Amino acid sequence: MKDMTELVTRISGANPRKCMKCGKCTAACPAYDEMDYHPHQFVDMVETGRLEELMNSRGIYMCLSCFACLERCPRSVEPARLIEAVRLAVIRQQDKNHLKPEQIPPLLDPDLPQQAITSAFRKYRK
Amino acid sequence: MQKIGVFVCWCGSNIAATVDVETVSDALAREPGVVFSTNYQYMCSQAGQDMIQEKIRELGLTGVVICSCSPRMHEATFRRACEKAGLNPYLVEIANIREQCSWIHKDKAVGTEKAIILGRAAIAKVQLNAPLTAGESPVTKRALVIGGGIAGIQTALDIAEAGFPVDIVEKKPTIGGKMTQIDKTFPTLDCAACILTPKMVDAAQNEKINIISYAQVEEVAGFVGNFSVKIRKRARFVDETKCTGCGLCTEKCPQKNVPNEFNQGLDNRRAIYIPFAQAVPKVATIDPNYCTMLKTGKCGVCSKVCTAGAIDYRQQDEIIQQEYGAIVAATGFEPISMEKFDEFAYSQSPDVVTSLEFERLMNAAGPTGGTLLRPSDGKHPHTLVFVQCVGSRCDGGEKGKPYCSKICCMYTAKHAMLTREKYPDTEVYVFYIDVRTPGKNFDEFYRRAVEEYGVHYVKGMVGKVAPENGKLKVQASDLLGGRQLHIDADMVVLAAAIEPDRSARPLATMLTASMDTNDFFTEAHPKLRPVESPTAGVFLSGACQGPKDIPETVAQAGAAAAKVIGLLSRDHLTCNPCVAESNELMCNGCSACEKVCPYGAITYIDKEFRGPNRTTLVRRVAQVNPAVCQGCGACTVACPSGAMDLKGFSNAQIMAEVDAICK
Repeated sequence: MKDMTELVTRISGANPRKCMKCGKCTAACPAYDEMDYHPHQFVDMVETGRLEELMNSRGIYMCLSCFACLERCPRSVEPARLIEAVRLAVIRQQDKNHLKPEQIPPLLDPDLPQQAITSAFRKYRK
Repeated sequence: MQKIGVFVCWCGSNIAATVDVETVSDALAREPGVVFSTNYQYMCSQAGQDMIQEKIRELGLTGVVICSCSPRMHEATFRRACEKAGLNPYLVEIANIREQCSWIHKDKAVGTEKAIILGRAAIAKVQLNAPLTAGESPVTKRALVIGGGIAGIQTALDIAEAGFPVDIVEKKPTIGGKMTQIDKTFPTLDCAACILTPKMVDAAQNEKINIISYAQVEEVAGFVGNFSVKIRKRARFVDETKCTGCGLCTEKCPQKNVPNEFNQGLDNRRAIYIPFAQAVPKVATIDPNYCTMLKTGKCGVCSKVCTAGAIDYRQQDEIIQQEYGAIVAATGFEPISMEKFDEFAYSQSPDVVTSLEFERLMNAAGPTGGTLLRPSDGKHPHTLVFVQCVGSRCDGGEKGKPYCSKICCMYTAKHAMLTREKYPDTEVYVFYIDVRTPGKNFDEFYRRAVEEYGVHYVKGMVGKVAPENGKLKVQASDLLGGRQLHIDADMVVLAAAIEPDRSARPLATMLTASMDTNDFFTEAHPKLRPVESPTAGVFLSGACQGPKDIPETVAQAGAAAAKVIGLLSRDHLTCNPCVAESNELMCNGCSACEKVCPYGAITYIDKEFRGPNRTTLVRRVAQVNPAVCQGCGACTVACPSGAMDLKGFSNAQIMAEVDAICK
């Protein structure tokens, strides 16, 4: 899992250690109610190496990529990039059974914004 | 022929445990020029010093090398001892074989070898040492305090108390600074004006203090003890000597729509104004940006109503040239602009205010007469949200500041407490990242806000404020409760970060005083010389050095005054003789040294030189003012022609040391 933490921080280019735990990301997040883990928790979980939990969470797909957290973060931690990196890390796992394209339609929530759906399809294409 | 004496110190076991002192003194005895070499348990003791003096007299030593602790520790001691025995103190060299040798090595063989090398280097250097004599410069017994806030006032009062004349230069029409705008002070809740205004009056009445208000420093020349300062006193179009401060003109002036800076723009003043009732000096000032008479030549109401005949529309800026022995920077702070923090809707709703604006809304002399009312509709607010750390502790953005502004936790607790006390029907939320209350009775104060006054402290930050139907929709995180909060607030108060006043940067340039990346003045030493600038004769008072609350500011102001008094009470200053010196024959006039000199010690002059065949030629050459030069050596490195050299640390001496080490 340590390798995974490194991978996530490397592909995100974000540094979770800069986080001062102010919670402004979570305060700004419009998808808060849909998430099991929230932006400040994402950062903490990456930093403390709890990536498996994070990769299995549904919350990472509820992120709208609206970048409000990234924009508001006073420490330039950029939680949205970390989340994106975690999603990429899920995809990059070799021989792991991540979602197949045909599994996606039944999972789709009609209330999800278009942007998130497009972004999800892009992520699952491989 | 050199006659050098070498004295190796054991420093008890500090050196002797890892350095074989006997071997060191024996080895150094064989160095060229060395006529005497010994070791002793404590060289700095009276017996040790006596031995050095005895050998200087007995053998006629021309140089002394002491292998001991760091020169920072005892160089002065040994120099004094040698001077008493008739040897020029600058012919003494210290080889640091403690901090840089015995303390860092475990292996005695290694330590011994290194100690010998360090001793050898010092011997090589002392061979080239020249006797130096410290010069003297006179001291002008007058101080200048730049900034008339509580820091500047306190410094000036303390200097005046010691009997020295002081000038306070204040850029606003009145002294008093930020503290005049504050309602109550933490943690005692006494009224700021009640404790400040007597001090302002004291300063005005003290015959040693001269207040130059509505003025700014334009030029600083000279050096410690001998500064020459040009001050521009702006035209206020009112004769200060005639104006009685009756205020009639400020009531009759027809130009009523000038944003009142004293109330943070929350109400308006006239074009001719006295900032507030207790202003010092209490004289009116005409704002040339708004005065109809000055802009169009048609009005003149104030001059008609003025019974003292003090209005003078043709008044010009006045230039004051004055000599000073010491300068104190007390330029203070400003809250940062909230323009870049759109998420808090500061520019969208008048009900989102900064903490300083909130002070005015709570103050009896403020725009609402001390009743807390919403700026938008003048109604009483029921739900208030305070946001901490707005722009403080930000990393890597131009949006905020990387430092903690220090005062916000306490004043927010104060605001929250006062609100709850005056209006028990309110709900008050404070969103915090950390509550930082180190200070006497500070944490108790914050706990009182929570426990006695029922202020809701929420760990988390506000992410969004949106004005909607007369309410402010606040979306925030409650990290300890694990939820996202949505509050319909009536007012939002932002604890804006503080930054140094904008006048500080140009002033630092004029003073050649160094600043950090945040434009706070740098101290000569962060711990041991906290009120002095690295530039001799320049002292620091108050928030211009870093964020500070009132008690700390007053303490630092007093400390700066003590340093100024210490300087001004001397008739002459001894200069450090280890200063830069330019060899005019080698100087090519390139100005490289002038540009790197952090103290402004180098100037260029055109000088006549004798050329071939009885001709003269004029060349531009560098000159070092030895009283200003601090001996940092930056110019010697920058000089491309090798003309610049540092006395006592010449290039030849340094190279001799290096050669000795590499031998």
